[in-house]
Amino acid sequence: MSARPIATTRSAAGIPTQRLAVWWIIASEIVIFGGVLGSYIMHRLAHGIWADYAANTNPWIGLTNTFILLTSSLFAVLAHQAAERGDGKRAANLLYLTCLGGAMFLCVKGYEWSYEISHGMTITANTFWSFYYTAAGIHALHVIAGCIIMLFVAETAKKNLELHRVEIIGIYWHFVDVVWIFLFPLLYIAK
Amino acid sequence: MILDYLLPASASTYANDIDVLFDVITVLVGIPFLVACYLFFAFLVRFKAKDGEKAMYITGTEHKYMKWIHRAHIPILTFDLVIVVMAVNVWYDVKQNLPEQESAVRVIAQQWAWTFVHAGADNTLGTADDITKVNELHVSKDTLYHFKLESLDVLHNFSVPVFRLKQDAIPGRVITGWFEPTVAGEFDVQCAEICGIGHGLMPARIHIKSKGDYAAWVEKESALALASASAPLPSSGSIEIAAR
Amino acid sequence: MAESIPVGHADEHADHDHHEMTFSEKYIFPLDHKMIAMQYMFTGMFMALIGGFFSYAFRMQLAFPGMNVPGWGVVSPNDYNALVTNHGTIMIFWVAMPVLIAAFGNYLIPLMIGADDMVFPKINRLSYQIFLLSAIVILAAFFVEGGAFGGAWTAYPPLSTKAEYSLTGLGSTFWITAVFLEFVAFLLGGINFITTAMNARAPGMKMWDIPMVVWMIVIASILFMLSVGPLLAGGIMMIFDQQLGTAFFDPDRGGDPILWQHLFWFFGHPEVYVVLLPAIGITADVMCVFSRKKLFGYKTVLYTAIGTGVLSFTVWAHHQFVAGIDPRMANVFTVTTLLISVPIAEMLFVYIATLYGGSITLSTPMLWAMAFIFEFLIGGVTGIFLGASGNDIYMHDTYFVLAHFHYTFYPIAIIGTYAGFTFWFPKMFGKMMNDTLGKLHFWLTIIPFNMIFLPLFVLGAAGQHRRIYDFTNYPELAMPWQQDLRVLATVSLCVMLGAQLIFFYNAITSWISGPPAGKNPWNSNTLEWTAASPPPHGNWPEGLPTCYRGPYEYSHPEREEDFWPQNEPA
Repeated sequence: MSARPIATTRSAAGIPTQRLAVWWIIASEIVIFGGVLGSYIMHRLAHGIWADYAANTNPWIGLTNTFILLTSSLFAVLAHQAAERGDGKRAANLLYLTCLGGAMFLCVKGYEWSYEISHGMTITANTFWSFYYTAAGIHALHVIAGCIIMLFVAETAKKNLELHRVEIIGIYWHFVDVVWIFLFPLLYIAK
Repeated sequence: MILDYLLPASASTYANDIDVLFDVITVLVGIPFLVACYLFFAFLVRFKAKDGEKAMYITGTEHKYMKWIHRAHIPILTFDLVIVVMAVNVWYDVKQNLPEQESAVRVIAQQWAWTFVHAGADNTLGTADDITKVNELHVSKDTLYHFKLESLDVLHNFSVPVFRLKQDAIPGRVITGWFEPTVAGEFDVQCAEICGIGHGLMPARIHIKSKGDYAAWVEKESALALASASAPLPSSGSIEIAAR
Repeated sequence: MAESIPVGHADEHADHDHHEMTFSEKYIFPLDHKMIAMQYMFTGMFMALIGGFFSYAFRMQLAFPGMNVPGWGVVSPNDYNALVTNHGTIMIFWVAMPVLIAAFGNYLIPLMIGADDMVFPKINRLSYQIFLLSAIVILAAFFVEGGAFGGAWTAYPPLSTKAEYSLTGLGSTFWITAVFLEFVAFLLGGINFITTAMNARAPGMKMWDIPMVVWMIVIASILFMLSVGPLLAGGIMMIFDQQLGTAFFDPDRGGDPILWQHLFWFFGHPEVYVVLLPAIGITADVMCVFSRKKLFGYKTVLYTAIGTGVLSFTVWAHHQFVAGIDPRMANVFTVTTLLISVPIAEMLFVYIATLYGGSITLSTPMLWAMAFIFEFLIGGVTGIFLGASGNDIYMHDTYFVLAHFHYTFYPIAIIGTYAGFTFWFPKMFGKMMNDTLGKLHFWLTIIPFNMIFLPLFVLGAAGQHRRIYDFTNYPELAMPWQQDLRVLATVSLCVMLGAQLIFFYNAITSWISGPPAGKNPWNSNTLEWTAASPPPHGNWPEGLPTCYRGPYEYSHPEREEDFWPQNEPA
C-alpha cells in the first residue's frame, strides 16, 4: 500500500516538490547529453572527413521529426492548461496525443535507421555513425521512457487524480524536445 | 636532497631541478602542516573538559578570531605561488621546450616488452645501420637525445626514474620528448601505465655510457646491424605528433 | 507556496495504510528511509569486507612474492590486476558512496530536518534495488569466463575495450555495466536527498539552521548529479566498443583513447569531493557535540564547501599531466589544482578553530572525528606534490600517489564512517556501544593504518610504480630496505583488518544487549535526538517538530545547560 509522507506535501523552498525533483533530473540529464554531444563536437572538429559521412543523413526526415516533436510538445502544453483548469479527461486526451507524437517520432526514426543500416551506414561503419546512433539512440530511449510515464500519468489524470503530474511529465517532455533541437543541427545540418 | 637518499642517481640535466622542486614543496607544505598539527594537538590538550568549566561561545564571525583565519591565507597563498612558479618552470623545461637534438632514439612499447631503435654510426634514425635492441636502451652521457615514443597496442608509459622522466605512450601517435644523461651506469626503466597481465613483467635497463664507450659500442653494433639483414621493424603506422 | 493544480487527495496528513507491515514490507522491500539506509549500510559494509580481503591478498603477494596466500592461493599476475582493480572500484563505488551518502543521507536527512520520511519513498526503494543489482554484477564478474576485469579502476582504453589486450572480454563489460548501474542508482537517490532537504524542512528551519552533515550530503549529491553525465555517456561508448565493435576509443579506426580519460576524470575528480563532503559534515557534527562548541564559521564552512565543489570541475586533467595531452594545458590545471587546496585548507583551519575554547571529551566518536582531521591533513598536503606539474612528471603513477589518496580516501570512507556510526548508533539501534572496546578498536585501526601508508610514501618517492605485482624484477626496487617496508605495510594491514573484528563484536553485542540509550545520550541539539531511539515508522508519531534555532547552540552564555535543542521553543 502506498504511503505518502507528510514530507512530500511540504514546500520549504517555495517550489512544489515534484517540480523541484524533475528540474534536478533534467539538470543531470543535461550533463549526460552534454557529455555525448561535447565528445561528438570535439571529434567532429578533429576529423574533417566526418563532413562526408554526415552528408548522408537525411535532413528532410530530421526536419519531419523535429516538426513532430514540436507539435507533441504543443499538445503537452495544452494538457497542462487543461489540468490547471481541473479538466482531467481533456488533459489525459491531450497527453495521449503527445504520446502519439512520440510514437510517430519513433516510427519515422525506425524507417530512417533501417534505410541507413541497409545501405551500410551501421553503427560500426565509422566513428561518425557510431556517434550518430549512440546520441540519437540515447535520445530515443528517453522518448520511449517519456511516453511510458506519460501513459501512466494520463490513466490517473483521466480520473481527475494527481493532475499536478501532467505539468511534471510535460516539463520532462519539453526537455526531450530541446535535446532533439540540439541533435538536429549537429547530426543533420552541419555538413 | 631527499630524493638522493632514495634513488641510485640523479642522472639527467633536469633530474636535479625536479629534486629541488620536491624538496621545496616538502618544506613549504611541511611548515603549515606542522603549525596546524601543533595547534590541533595543543587545543585538544588545553581545552579538555574540566568539571564546572563551560566552553566558550564563539560564532566564528567575530573579527578577533576570523583575522587568524584570514592571516593564515597569506603564507598559504604565497607558498602556493612559489610552488606553482617553480613547477611551471620545470614543466616547461621538460615537456614544452624541445632543445636541439644531438641524437635520437625510438622507443616502442608493446605488450609486454620495450623495443629500442638506436641511430647507428651515421647518427640518423631510419637507416640500415640502426641498432635494434629489446629491453636494453644504450645512450651516451652528456648527449642530448630526442626520444620518439610509440605503442603498438595499449597505453604504456616510458619511465626512467633516475632521469625523473615519465611519458605515456599512446597507440596511433608518436610522442617526442628529450633527455640528456649526466651519470654513467646501468639503471631501471619501468612501464608506468597498466597494460595488461604483463605490466609488471616488462622491466628494461638503460645503459648510460661515457662518450668514448658509447662510440665503441655503436661502431660494433652498427656493423652487426648492417651485416644481418634485419626483419622489418614493428610500426604502428602512426601519426607524428610532438610532445610539445 | 501552494499551487493552483488540484492535488486529487485533500487529506493533509500522511495516508499511511495502518496495518502491521509484513516481514517482506519491512525488511525486504521497505519504503521507510531508515530501513533503506540500513540496507545501504550493511551492503556497503559487506562490500568493504570484500574490498579489504582483496587488499589482504594483493599485499601478501607484494610482501612475500609467489607465496600461497591463505584464503586465495597463489596470486598470479592476472589475479593481481583483478584484485587491485576491483579493490579500488569496490571501495569507491560500493563502500564510500553507499555508506556515506546513501546510508547516512537516508537515515539522517529526514530525521535532522524534522520530516517523517524522504519525499519519494518508492524512488528511494528503487534506488537501493538498482544499487544491489550493480553490486551483484561487479562481483559476478569474478565468475565469468576470463575472470574479472583487471585494467585498473580507471579502465583506460584500448586495454579496457579490446578483449585481445585485456583477456577479460566478458569481465570488462560486467565491470562497466556495474559502474553504470551504480551511477543510475545514485542519480535516483540524489533526487530524494536534494528535494527532501530543500523542501521538507520543519517549520522554522531556515537554510542556516540545517545541520552541516545534511548540507554536505546535499551538496555532494548536487555535485554528483552535475558531474556524472559525461561518464555515463562514456560508459555507453565503452560498452559499445567492447560488445558492438564501435571505435569511439580505438585509435586504429579513428577513435581517441584520451577521450575516455577526459570523460572519466571530468567526473572522477568531483567524485572525490562527493565522498569527502559527507565525511567532513559528519566530523563537524560530532566535533561540536563533543567540544560543546558552536561550529566556528558555519557560513564559512558552507561557502568553502560550495566553492570546492565548483572548483572541482576545473582540475581534472591533473590526472593526465603525462598522458599525452597538450603540455600547455598542464599549466592551467596545475594552477587550478593548487588553488583548490585553499578552500579545503580553510575548512580544516576552521575545524581546528572550533576546538579552541571548547570543553572536549575524547569519546570514541570524537576520537574518530579528530583522526579524520589529522589524517586528512596529511592527505591534503601530499596532494600538492602531485598537483605541481613539474614534480608530477616524476611522481605520476608511483606509490606516492597511492599513499596520497589513501590518506584522503581512508579518512573519508573508513574514519568518517566510524565517526558517524559510533555517534549515531544509539539512535539507530537504541543501545549504547561499549566505549572501551570502541577505543581499543580505534587505536588498533589508526596506528596500523599509518604504518601501512607512510612507508608507501617512501617507496613511491624511491620510484616504485603502481599495479606491479612483483618488484623483484626491478633491481632498483628489490633492495632489502624496500622489501622490509613492504612487509611492514602488509603486516600492519593484517593487524588492522583483524582489529575490525573488535568493531563487529562490539556492534553486534551492543545491539543485542547493550545498555539502553535513551533519546539523547550525547546531549546534542539536532532534531534526530528528539525522536525515540530507534525512531518508529514516521519518526515522530506524536507530531513532527518545529525548529527554533540553529543546530550548534552549545554553551550559550544565557543558558545554564550547555546545549539548546533546536525544537525547544524560545
